[in-house]
Amino acid sequence: MDFGSTFFYKYRRFVKALKIYLLLAGPGLIVMLADNDAGGITTYTVTGAKFGYGLIWFLLLLLPVAYVVQEMTVRLGAVTKRGHAEAIFDAFGSFWGWFSFLDLALVNWLTLITEFIGMTAALAIFQVPPIITIIVVSIVMMLMVLQGRYWTWEKIAILFAALNLIYITAAFLVHPSVSEVISVGLIPHFPGGFNGTLFFFLMANIGTTIAPWMIFFQQSAVVDKGMKEKDIPWGQMDTLIGSAFTVIVAIFLVVVTGTVLYGSEVESAAQAAVIMMGTNPWLGTFIAIGLFDAGFLGAICISLASSWAFGEVFGWAHSLNLKIREAPWFYACYLFALVSAGMVVLIPNAPLVLITLFVQVIAVTLLPAALVFLILLLNNEEIMGKYKNTTLQNIAGTTIVIAIIVLSTLYGITTLFPELLV
Amino acid sequence: MITIEGIFGTRMGRVIGGWLNKITEINRKYATPRIRMSRSVKIALLFLRLYLVLLIVLLGYKFWTLIK
Repeated sequence: MDFGSTFFYKYRRFVKALKIYLLLAGPGLIVMLADNDAGGITTYTVTGAKFGYGLIWFLLLLLPVAYVVQEMTVRLGAVTKRGHAEAIFDAFGSFWGWFSFLDLALVNWLTLITEFIGMTAALAIFQVPPIITIIVVSIVMMLMVLQGRYWTWEKIAILFAALNLIYITAAFLVHPSVSEVISVGLIPHFPGGFNGTLFFFLMANIGTTIAPWMIFFQQSAVVDKGMKEKDIPWGQMDTLIGSAFTVIVAIFLVVVTGTVLYGSEVESAAQAAVIMMGTNPWLGTFIAIGLFDAGFLGAICISLASSWAFGEVFGWAHSLNLKIREAPWFYACYLFALVSAGMVVLIPNAPLVLITLFVQVIAVTLLPAALVFLILLLNNEEIMGKYKNTTLQNIAGTTIVIAIIVLSTLYGITTLFPELLV
Repeated sequence: MITIEGIFGTRMGRVIGGWLNKITEINRKYATPRIRMSRSVKIALLFLRLYLVLLIVLLGYKFWTLIK
């Protein structure tokens, strides 16, 4: 075969593979970019402002962590055709089922409040009143799910996820020194020495990488999308690309705040956007838009994760492919979660900071159980057949799960007792 | 005899009664765990129970120190 024919053959194969990927891509990309939710964006913003580029190497380590955990949900969903909540009930009985389900419902609802806090804070920079933000966001989110097709919802969600990449553009606006980013950011070290504050930030970054809702969301999304065993490699690729994007976005945000705000006392992404607005309005606008988008993306995924879980446990119809009259309880749950969480943000003097801290503590009660159940289910030959974990996957999965459990528990405890860090 | 309808009124009572029946049905459906209770599974579940007890004790302690 001559060069032209070989090239054309390879090109056709690539185009075909790309088309299949674009059809099957979705759950992994969405869950990973939604992982950079309002809380995550705040964590990365403050990390950059406090430690400059010093912790970029640590963010890179989070790529395999996120991939290894979320990849297991792809296999579990594609093989069992069940969401994580239903899988726990079925495999471990009603005690662990109810515990996981009720804890998930509470954590998700509280996290949803934090997403609304992020969205209202971001749009308040553009003088949009919180009530308008909450009403418009709730309407848009309802319209996204009411069109009756999972595929359409997913493609709209990917568009919002793509907006997350605005932080990459923002990084080009601040003209960072690339050599400094590489020399300071990519060589593992502990800026300022290993102390309580640094340890808290390492734990916070791990805590934002894997959240309980992500496990439940991706498994349910894989089931609702109708992915089968033969689609697992595409689902794995989707998750890998999503993991890479989530880390890239986080790194670029740290580069932005590490360049512009290094050494400043910044407590939130909204505050960072306001400060940047004073020096470079475009930069401040980008950071605010990114924060709003992060909250929005987090909110659509979290509210769906809860609705899917309710449907699975109570046996209600629960699919985005169903019309509202075919799955009324599924959509009612979704609407209730949105409206109630939005209303909490509007309550005057609501303890929003306390809620934000409480989320971290409650999430710690659910995360170990969800992760341990994931490993146990993936090791069950009766459930997983030939798709059960290999020895290598078990070594990687168990190591990562133990590390996440230890660090997220310490994070929860230090949130409860901050005096321990002094 | 005390009934749910008697406590909450007929309409609300029926709704709550329906939920309770559903919960009972779910508990019955998932009464027996499907997974084989091997030693590793038992150890993992024991660890999770102890972990939860520890967290509840810590949360309780924090609550007690806050109201004290």
